[in-house]
Amino acid sequence: MNWLSKLFNSSIGQKLLVALTGLFLCTFLIVHLSGNFQLFKNDNGMAFNLYTVFMTTNPFIKTVSYVLYASILFHAFKGIHLAIKNRSARPVAYATVDGKANSHWTSRSMGVLGTIILVFIVVHMGDFWYEYKFGHIPYIRYTQNMVTGELTSTPLVGMDGQPLTINKKMEEFVDGDNKIIIVKDLYAEVKEEFTNPLLVLIYLISMAAIGFHLFHGFQSGFQTIGVNHPKYTPILKSLSLWLFGIIIPLAFASMPLYFYFL
Amino acid sequence: MSTSPKLDAKIPEGVLENKWTKYRSTVPLVNPANKRSLEIIVVGSGLAGSAAAASLAEMGYKVKVFCFQDSPRRAHSIAAQGGINAAKNYQNDGDSVYRLFYDTIKGGDYRAREANVHRLAEVSGNIIDQCVAQGVPFAREYGGLLSNRSFGGTQVQRTFYAAGQTGQQLLLGAYSALERQIGMGAVQMYSRHEMLDIVNIDGKCRGIIARDLVTGKLERHFGHAVLLCTGGYGNVFYLSTNAMGSNVTAAWKAHKKGAFFSNPCYTQIHPTCIPVSGTHQSKLTLMSESLRNDGRIWVPKRKEDAQAIREGKLNPNDLKEEDRDYYLERRYPAFGNLVPRDVASRAAKERCDAGFGVNKTGEAVFLDFAANMMRYGRIEANKKGIYNPTEDVVKQLGKEVVVEKYGNLFDMYKQITGVDPYENPMMIYPAVHYTMGGLWVDYNLMTTVPGLYALGEANFSDHGANRLGASALMQGLADGYFVIPYTIGAYLSNEIRTKAIPTDHEAFVTAEKETAEQINKLMNVKGTKPVDYFHRKLGLIMWNECGMARNAEGLKKAIQDIQALRDEFWKDVRIPGEANNMNPELEKAGRVADFLELGELMCIDALNRNESCGGHFREEYQTEEGEALRDDENYAYVASWENKGNSWELHKEELKYENIKIAQRSYK
Amino acid sequence: MSGNMNITLKVWRQNKASDKGRFETYAIPNVSEDMSFLEMFDILNEQLIIEGKDPVAFDHDCREGICGMCSMFINGRPHGPLKGVTTCQLHMRSFKNGDTIVVEPWRAKAFPVIKDLVVDRSAFDRIIAAGGYISVNTGNAQDANSLPVAKENADHAFFAAACIGCGACVAACKNASAMLFTSAKISQLALLPQGAPERNTRALNMVAQHDAEGFGSCTNTGACEAECPKGISLSNIARMNREYLGAALMS
Repeated sequence: MNWLSKLFNSSIGQKLLVALTGLFLCTFLIVHLSGNFQLFKNDNGMAFNLYTVFMTTNPFIKTVSYVLYASILFHAFKGIHLAIKNRSARPVAYATVDGKANSHWTSRSMGVLGTIILVFIVVHMGDFWYEYKFGHIPYIRYTQNMVTGELTSTPLVGMDGQPLTINKKMEEFVDGDNKIIIVKDLYAEVKEEFTNPLLVLIYLISMAAIGFHLFHGFQSGFQTIGVNHPKYTPILKSLSLWLFGIIIPLAFASMPLYFYFL
Repeated sequence: MSTSPKLDAKIPEGVLENKWTKYRSTVPLVNPANKRSLEIIVVGSGLAGSAAAASLAEMGYKVKVFCFQDSPRRAHSIAAQGGINAAKNYQNDGDSVYRLFYDTIKGGDYRAREANVHRLAEVSGNIIDQCVAQGVPFAREYGGLLSNRSFGGTQVQRTFYAAGQTGQQLLLGAYSALERQIGMGAVQMYSRHEMLDIVNIDGKCRGIIARDLVTGKLERHFGHAVLLCTGGYGNVFYLSTNAMGSNVTAAWKAHKKGAFFSNPCYTQIHPTCIPVSGTHQSKLTLMSESLRNDGRIWVPKRKEDAQAIREGKLNPNDLKEEDRDYYLERRYPAFGNLVPRDVASRAAKERCDAGFGVNKTGEAVFLDFAANMMRYGRIEANKKGIYNPTEDVVKQLGKEVVVEKYGNLFDMYKQITGVDPYENPMMIYPAVHYTMGGLWVDYNLMTTVPGLYALGEANFSDHGANRLGASALMQGLADGYFVIPYTIGAYLSNEIRTKAIPTDHEAFVTAEKETAEQINKLMNVKGTKPVDYFHRKLGLIMWNECGMARNAEGLKKAIQDIQALRDEFWKDVRIPGEANNMNPELEKAGRVADFLELGELMCIDALNRNESCGGHFREEYQTEEGEALRDDENYAYVASWENKGNSWELHKEELKYENIKIAQRSYK
Repeated sequence: MSGNMNITLKVWRQNKASDKGRFETYAIPNVSEDMSFLEMFDILNEQLIIEGKDPVAFDHDCREGICGMCSMFINGRPHGPLKGVTTCQLHMRSFKNGDTIVVEPWRAKAFPVIKDLVVDRSAFDRIIAAGGYISVNTGNAQDANSLPVAKENADHAFFAAACIGCGACVAACKNASAMLFTSAKISQLALLPQGAPERNTRALNMVAQHDAEGFGSCTNTGACEAECPKGISLSNIARMNREYLGAALMS
């Protein structure tokens, strides 16, 4: 497998891996965003909480999520490694550099932007993923009348008023006309977290960082894997700007803002 | 007149058309095993040098290449713009080897050697094949086949080109072939090295002394043969289209060690260069001859219009057609704007001297693309099916065609002058460009020193008194790819028993010592004036007295002036820094010291040649219409000068025309 | 020399490779706007020589923008403020009276400084020697028109081949990457049918040599393309990536 190690030790091979993981993370963002839109549903979080269960139990999604974690780690650390290596290619710095004359600042700041994003991911996963998996998220009980469609929800508490837990993520059964769903209430957690203005600020800054990172990163990934065509590259570049640079980060940013001002 | 016994050109017997084929098949060979132990030194990495080095290394010789630049790719062949001639007849316009041969001899004003020129025409086609195979991206037509354009002095389209960067593309082709051999270890490359002397042992050239320009150290290198591919000496004029570093030093050192120097006065003044703008100017920039395909040269018919233009009171675009003097079309209707360079340059000088010059200094004429831009625009409009296009549309479409053909040249013009040539006619004036003279070589390209060869512009052989456009690239590559690989066998086949001579041989030691002394002498002048001061002064003398027009009186004065300047140089030049470090001033000083000697010889040669021919125009010898007047009875010879220390001895090689009827050159 | 601009130059001076180096400031009076940037340096050097000081060493040769030898980093940009122009073609009309201009050598691990503004760019030659050629010995060629090449491909090959090897791409790149240079040659030969037989080994070997010389990797900032005096396109780097990955994975 000499050829493999040669490939992945070459500058282009290493960049290929960064590009592929990066583009994979871009597709994840779209999935993540479309899932998160459940937050805006006026059902006290039922759809969102069910989505969360699906995402954490479906075997296919679970497998993909491990790939995702690995990609994040690889993308981040390979990126940092390459940035350090690239820096060493110019041991004596210029006294004056007019970078803005020839390139966009985002393209020159991928390391910094990426580091902000990495820190954000740690915070974000600590807040929600870790809490969901290992923390003490209370359960909620949704009752939906199957005839009228009317939906009510109550926190799942014991006789003593203390939160009750069940030993699985979700339970679903039918009681007469009613469908009962008991599920971990991550929605409430989200709602509560985003009352903290500092956290909201961190999220907003991080979304900006993601926007700037992807404004360069998305189209750059295609360039690295060799996709450059006079007809299609302009499309990729406008996707980079509008979809990944503006729409997706704005959409994500709208969530903390929504709950903060709710 | 008879040829000097010291100048045996070794031209093969037989009919002209068969000389080369037959010679090539009978020239002695060196077997592959012996090639491996034969070492060849190539000095210079331009078209001739790179092509020769790569080809010889491919054949199995051990090759060392030297260049003073930081990379072999920088050699000044890279700046050649317009194209390269080849008798391919791809345009079906009646071209042939004979026609290329004939045009070249005629273009050279009947002062070139028939056999050499015919060989050049014969191999011209192979060059194009070779370059295309190397990946040189010549311009192509939509059908995928190669495109051609016209150049001066011909009535066929035989010039292959790559936009205005043909020299660059050809050199990069040769350079890549050279780098391939370097990568394989067959060539050892010495960049940032300048050859400062040749080393002769028992009457044969056996190596060189070179200075490492980074450390200043002198080095000795042995070779069974040494090839000088070091280009021309136009920089003797200070202002020329040559690169700043182009110099005569290698050829001159060889000359001082026994190589005869031929026809030094044949200088090509290129008609289309950007005019001088001020005294700060360090070099002149060529606007390719290919521009004369589509540009029309003119000055105003009336002096008062010329004056108004000079003073900025009249926009040349506003001058009516009937008030313009397209003087080349007027004087030379058959060739029009495509007359050879010497003719076009003299005509421009004549108009400017008569008071019709169009820039502030009065030394410029117009090169106007407006008419052809519109013509192209209309053709494009037709192609695109635009009927009754507006003038603006036609102009835009025409501009696009011009951008594709000459874009880089127009950009360069704008950059240097600050004027947009798409909107205003270019201003041009003649400038020193190429030197037809050089080291004397025989048919094998060997100089009068056995084992020492000269290729490309460094030799004198193929262009007579005037070189046609797009022929320099052809000659450089012909010599390097297709001549020297064969002809060097004639010498090296007798050297297979010669073991590599150790460089502690006495001759090497002496040569190095002499070189070191020369450097010390320069460093120790410790005068007051920088090298450029002397170089500028020399250039002015040369341009005024030995430039586009010469006369006996001026030349005699120039000889004295140069001698005086040379004395002053050796008393008053100041070279800062140290000899054992990178020292560009020291490099320049060495080169100017040689120019100061060469300049004198050029004037002596010009004074000796009592006729006008090609690039050599003696005012005393002209027709009533102001055309060059040759004297074939007395001057149909190559003037070869042998260095005798403080003087020169003239040797003549008679030029015999057996296949061409020698005639008054006419482009009317 | 009758100009009316007064220019202050802050120039990097370094006597030899092992020296630490420093900036020195020089005042140049009476600069004409028709002067080229290098002609201004000629004047500075003459001034220094007359003062008995060591002139500034800088690389230059053709002074018409094609040899690729000149190489100054001017006010934070390779070849100065203009687009599509080498230092030798830069004229003083691009500056204003009273300007202070900072001039540095190219900075890259693979381009060590030799003296003052002169750097060693032989790494480029070694990249070409690793595969930037078509292996055709002299005399092996068939007739030039026996192999038609689509005009579009020939044109693009030419645009890539227009590279002058000056190193501005490396100088401009924040990673000191030579990918634009390397890709220009790989592209030129990949676009032509003549280059096809060696395309795989060429891409592999040239990229390997690029890496071995200590150039950084490409992060697609586009600075190289923007600063390239010959307008070599970034699409060449994408093509090189394709060529390389294709060669590494499929050959």
